[in-house]
Amino acid sequence: MGKTISEKIFSQHSGEDVYAGDLVIARLDFVMGQDGTAPLAIHSFNEMGGKTLFDPSKVAFVIDHSAPSPLEGVSALHKLMREFSHDKKLLLYDIGDGVCHQLVPEQGHVVPGDLVVGADSHTCTYGAINVFSTGVGSTDLAAAMISGKLWFKVPETIQFRCEGILQPGVFSKDLILRIIGDISADGATYMAAEFTGEGIAQMEIEERFTIANMAIEMGAKAGLMEYDEKVEAWLSGRTQKTPRPVAPDPDARYHEVKIYDLRQLEPQVACPHTVDNVSPLQEVENLPIQQAFLGTCTNGRLLDLEVAARILSGKKISRDLRFIVAPASRAVYLEAMNRGIIQTLVEAGAAVVTPGCGPCVGTHNGVPSDGEVVLSTANRNFKGRMGNSKAFIYLASPATVAASALTGKITDPRSVLA
Amino acid sequence: MLLKGKAFVFGNDINTDYIISGKYKFKTLDMNELARHVMEDLDPDFYEKINKGDMIVAGSNFGCGSSREQAPLAIKHANISCVLASSFARIFYRNAINTGLPVIECDTSQIDDADVLEVDLQKGIVYNKTKSMEIPVTPLPDVMIKILRDGGLIQHFQKHGDFNFD
Repeated sequence: MGKTISEKIFSQHSGEDVYAGDLVIARLDFVMGQDGTAPLAIHSFNEMGGKTLFDPSKVAFVIDHSAPSPLEGVSALHKLMREFSHDKKLLLYDIGDGVCHQLVPEQGHVVPGDLVVGADSHTCTYGAINVFSTGVGSTDLAAAMISGKLWFKVPETIQFRCEGILQPGVFSKDLILRIIGDISADGATYMAAEFTGEGIAQMEIEERFTIANMAIEMGAKAGLMEYDEKVEAWLSGRTQKTPRPVAPDPDARYHEVKIYDLRQLEPQVACPHTVDNVSPLQEVENLPIQQAFLGTCTNGRLLDLEVAARILSGKKISRDLRFIVAPASRAVYLEAMNRGIIQTLVEAGAAVVTPGCGPCVGTHNGVPSDGEVVLSTANRNFKGRMGNSKAFIYLASPATVAASALTGKITDPRSVLA
Repeated sequence: MLLKGKAFVFGNDINTDYIISGKYKFKTLDMNELARHVMEDLDPDFYEKINKGDMIVAGSNFGCGSSREQAPLAIKHANISCVLASSFARIFYRNAINTGLPVIECDTSQIDDADVLEVDLQKGIVYNKTKSMEIPVTPLPDVMIKILRDGGLIQHFQKHGDFNFD
């Protein structure tokens, strides 16, 4: 019987011939924790009697969620991570290096065919380069750090077949928002998603990361895509590891196959307070906003900053709002500087903050006030997510956020993208 | 183990940001401190209302969103004895078992706020005493029962030094 990408990766990593529903103990190729989860993992590691890591070169900690530290309590937890990292000789990315889900693939730690866990729900991001990666909690991370293994239930798979290519002004963010709106916040719980078809093949890797990143927002364990020459080119020069690409068999068994015609898609917006509360942009067009945010593991990459700069070049943002930009990593930041993108955004009125997660997760760097409306490129709009439960968060593509920063209200980017 | 308490009913898609907000969880590993803020954005007085043993009852997709293990830990440290939901998000479910918080998947549509519930974890039965109703429970996977029997994943590793489900 044919296998899905998940069934193949779990078979390879467990040494057994497994299918959806089977329980396995599988070998891990890389594990990661961030400053919201690693301190608790260190606690669990010590409680478990952990002494050494299974392989320090395969363990990374990233200080990104409150970076640089805004509070004494946070500073103490960061110090704990630094000391543990030094002691155990694991890889530490410190403040300013970037958001974990940008760094792990960007720095070449994962390659196609790998099985990866991270103590962060958006670990599913690396599925865009054919990696089975999924989020776990701190104690699972601790067990993985000690043993190099974890138990899994091999998931069933929903396939999303993406036909045609997106129209100008419509982006991969719009597609994944539409999919989540259709399938709902728990439509793929316990399952893997495979995204395939011409629409995906035509996308740049950065655009694919946006889709895989949000697989968790429909409950999925992973958001997987196939290996192709674009993945090969993207990996080139980033890694010493050898890719082991995994393609699904033509007769693989899917829980469901859903078909999307990308030519028909319009810009989308997720409305408060759930990610699956998705409307076509036109239904919320002209809603005044007080803060725009461009960044995060969903949409803080070079292409995202570039499209915003294209829209804002030589212009000024509306005086009625603040516009916060957080590049996804130091490398993204530097490249955006080299290309004049940061210059353009700052001249337009953006406040650029340290690469990291702060505004998205409500720790610092842009907490909205009561009743304010925020338009963000992030992946979550839960009540209180940005640090104030009386604010209203809408999610959209970087182009929509930039176009809206210009006008001070939710604006269709097609109206400003010539 | 027999658990007994009053139901606090919440809706569908209760995410881990609601259970414990990001603005608190990054600050400390003191779970008793985090517990004071449990469900705060949905009910600012929630922590004050809890009597030891009370239960959180929810609809579908409980614990969706972030992977923060502070979510089940904050619930546990707020003296909630267990969570009943019609379905759970995957990462929360694992985290709850790993940290020893009983999570029970069952039809919660017949449970109202303040109903008195009794849960027999061994037999896998929920008894709604207020309504004199027995509610069947979806059994846990074997692996999870073994982890729970050891008291959580930390205790499992203390005992075996590795995963051991034989």
